[in-house]
Amino acid sequence: MSTAAFVPARIAHLPWKLIFLVVAIGIFGGMALYSAAGGSLRPWALNHFVRFFALLGIAVGMSYVRPQTYRDFAWPAYGFVMLLLVVTLAIGTIGGGAKSWLELGFIRIQPSELMKPIVVLLLAGFYGALPAGEIRRLSAIWPPLLILAVPCALIILQPDLGTTLLLIFSAVTVMFLAGLPLRLFVGGGLAVAAAIPIAYSFMMPHQQKRVLIFLNPEEDPLGAGYHITQSKIAIGSGGIFGKGFLNGTQSHLHYLPEQHTDFIFPAMVEEWGLMGGLFLILCFALIFRWGMAVSLETKGRFGRLTAGGLTMTIFFYFAINLLMVMGLAPVVGIPLPLFSYGGSAMLTVMICLGILMSIDRDNRRNHR
Amino acid sequence: MRRRRPPPLVTENSQAYTFTRRAMVLGAMQGGIAALLGGRMAYLSIAENERYELASEENRFQLVLVPPRRGWIVDRAGQPIAINRSDYRIDLIPDQLKEPDLIIGQLAQLLELPPEEVVRIRKELEQAAGYQPVPVAENLPFDKYAAVTLRLPEMPGVAPLRGFSRFYPDGAAVGHLVGYVGAANKKEYEQEKNPLLITPGFKIGKEGLEQVMEQRLRGRPGAKRLEVTARGKLVRELSTLSDRSGGTLPLTIDAGLQTYAARRMGDESGSCVVMDCLTGDLLCMASMPAYDPNKFSDGIGHSEWQMLSADERKPLLNKTLNSLYPPGSTLKPMAAMAILEAGIDPEERVHCAGGYQLGNRFFRCLGRHGPMTMHTAIARSCNTYFYAMGRRIGYDRIARMARQLGLGAKYDLPVVSQSYGTIPDSEWKSRRYAQNRRLVERPDWTQSDTLNAVIGQGYVLVNPLQLAVMAARIASGRAVDPLLLGAKHAPASPLDPPAEHFEIVRKGMWEVVNGAGTAGRSKLPLEGIEMGGKTGTAQVRRITGSQRGQSGDWKYRDHGLFVFFAPVHAPRYAGSVVIDHGMGGSRAAAPVAKDVLTYLFDKQKALDALVPLEEAWGGNIAQRMERDARRWAALQAAKKNVQQAESEKSGGTAART
Repeated sequence: MSTAAFVPARIAHLPWKLIFLVVAIGIFGGMALYSAAGGSLRPWALNHFVRFFALLGIAVGMSYVRPQTYRDFAWPAYGFVMLLLVVTLAIGTIGGGAKSWLELGFIRIQPSELMKPIVVLLLAGFYGALPAGEIRRLSAIWPPLLILAVPCALIILQPDLGTTLLLIFSAVTVMFLAGLPLRLFVGGGLAVAAAIPIAYSFMMPHQQKRVLIFLNPEEDPLGAGYHITQSKIAIGSGGIFGKGFLNGTQSHLHYLPEQHTDFIFPAMVEEWGLMGGLFLILCFALIFRWGMAVSLETKGRFGRLTAGGLTMTIFFYFAINLLMVMGLAPVVGIPLPLFSYGGSAMLTVMICLGILMSIDRDNRRNHR
Repeated sequence: MRRRRPPPLVTENSQAYTFTRRAMVLGAMQGGIAALLGGRMAYLSIAENERYELASEENRFQLVLVPPRRGWIVDRAGQPIAINRSDYRIDLIPDQLKEPDLIIGQLAQLLELPPEEVVRIRKELEQAAGYQPVPVAENLPFDKYAAVTLRLPEMPGVAPLRGFSRFYPDGAAVGHLVGYVGAANKKEYEQEKNPLLITPGFKIGKEGLEQVMEQRLRGRPGAKRLEVTARGKLVRELSTLSDRSGGTLPLTIDAGLQTYAARRMGDESGSCVVMDCLTGDLLCMASMPAYDPNKFSDGIGHSEWQMLSADERKPLLNKTLNSLYPPGSTLKPMAAMAILEAGIDPEERVHCAGGYQLGNRFFRCLGRHGPMTMHTAIARSCNTYFYAMGRRIGYDRIARMARQLGLGAKYDLPVVSQSYGTIPDSEWKSRRYAQNRRLVERPDWTQSDTLNAVIGQGYVLVNPLQLAVMAARIASGRAVDPLLLGAKHAPASPLDPPAEHFEIVRKGMWEVVNGAGTAGRSKLPLEGIEMGGKTGTAQVRRITGSQRGQSGDWKYRDHGLFVFFAPVHAPRYAGSVVIDHGMGGSRAAAPVAKDVLTYLFDKQKALDALVPLEEAWGGNIAQRMERDARRWAALQAAKKNVQQAESEKSGGTAART
């Protein structure tokens, strides 16, 4: 590398390709937020940029910490976040009504978000330490399930179904990668599939309606199907090259709901068209490819499970948010990390990326 | 027992292999979903682009109808009868209304709405469906309107509008003639399915000419394309298609004459029709008392409506078309025409000894006239002459002449309804007998039927317009039909009977007013212009004892009728005046006709004659209506108090017992 001559090795060895992709997404997101506010840095874009670069700095800093440190640090963190979850729940209960935010004065965080990388680290650590022969025993299953079940119970009480599902997805991914027998996953999948119609029959009418509307949103374009319908209109009306920066009508005239958080993607696609959307998807896809590559390159079992699990954690955000805004998944409150406005998801993803970069750095160190 | 298969051996290496394989699976899944998302997005933005682009435009743009201005109604000289006035109004859009109670409270305070209005708004809001606006207030002064528009951003669902409202300068005088306008009701909207009908402030004709000529008066709506936000806030106005006002509707009516006639009627209940007897142009069709169409067009209150419908003088009924009267002696000129047609010499005398003996029944005359020719019989309204002659020629011939002179007919007029009454004959009677035996005792036409009918009693029923047409046809000898629309019409073609017959009858009618006749007091106060006419007094019920319908309860008194034409030497105008329960044609109806005709020839003289009369009645039409409304409200309040007191008293008694 020619730049190596001018740049200190510690900096040159950063995964610049990844950082470039992340910055591209972050800046693009900031622009979308700038437009969503009607061409104004306030109230979202400026906060987004400040938060983004601060957290990116933290992520880069985290890459200098050895992966083993995270493994050792996971248990205390788990305990701490559990405490936060309990406090959140207590405040929410006392204050009346559901609450998933914890107000810390200067920042509002969602402890349930922080739980995602921690559970991945814990499970990866568990399976990393598990002797190979034990993997088909019951003892390979119940401790991770217990680790997962306790925070899940607390989060679903908030109630926050979306985050609970994402947490379960991340955990199951690690278990899948750890090599648990395939039949467990196939059987589990079939069991869930079989349970859906039964669960549907037990649902309240309004919940059933929500499911039906997901299946056919046009049926109720002004009511519960409004989000999906407006989101599809925004994406579809953008065409190939979009209506142009700051020219989105769906977003500027507020037809698109939640256009700075969950529905930022359609707001962006309306202005940048299919090309903008594909560019963003490509950026994310390259990040995932990088993450999976890091995972495959890693020699240690803990490291590779962690890398795979964290990559998938980021992926689930991305996949569920985009499936939702394109009308392929029901409306659940999942933001598009790095791109949409909101600190907790960005914090979580940056932590994931920081640990991933740390593993990547460790890999390269071992190569040498 | 089945033998258990030993689990496959798991080693570090095989685990690493499994991991690699499974990581590949996950990678493939990521790629697959990314591809799915890309494909879906491409589908939405390429294949479905057109549809969604349209949907986005539909979101963004709202097409707002601009109600057209209603066409004017003008009189024969172009003087306005119904026009539009600039109007500020406030509506509520139920769909956009978030906090109805708060908003209504604010509006009530800003606009100083009375509590009963607030109740009405709440009620209508409950019944309103979706986007149909609920009117809050109309005809607002600008400062109140401005007070609302100023606070508009804080009051979603409130729609202020600058529009036009209908105005009738002559008020009640033209009420029955032009009708009124009002917001379309649910039935009318469902019939037409025109979104214009539910546009705030748009009104359609509800009565009279406004209703019948709706399509001509309505015009074509314009449209505005507005860019609006999801919350309905206006961003900008894009393109405007201007509206086209409705066409002006010229009438044959003379607005001045119409108003004068309505005023001259005073507190009486009745009607006055004046026609151009050459062309059939209706110059005046006044029916009094009448409602004020201005009030109706603003939306009439419940109590006001009650007052009008409870009034025994029937202000809601257009008496020129929908009131039927036994015409009494006003039919005698027509009967004379039939007698002449039958070939009877007008100089032939009939001796009047105070009545006519038919079998064992004596048909009375109003006096002992002695020997009567046709001329004197018309002048002095001698029943005996017409009993005798009518019996001689038979009633069927008279009925034929009646129809020839326009009686019993339904005219081709742009009106909501006409009651065309009855001109009976033998065929009619047998038909009627088959239909309703209670009304008609026997199927054959009797001599006494003839005697009753020939003096305009019995089965004969006509409306005032028919009487006017009859007068016009006798006056001109032409087959005039009443006309209401357009101004310049050609004279009608002559009727069959020879001109001498008309001349003989007209001479008799001249004598009525200007000679030794029944209406001598109503000679026109004009130099060289004379009026011909015929009085009529129609019984409302059978004469009992000495009470001849000349006193007692108003509603049992005789109707006073008068048909007329002028000038006698070259007839130009003809018409009829009917005063309900006016007790006599010469007493109640002929003086009105005199003044109305005077107006046509000398306006100032006629208006001067009106001044002392209106002073005696207590003001002009609007003032008297105002006074009556106040009186009625006071009466209602008093009644309520009495009821309340009574219920309290009975409640008290109940408590004590």
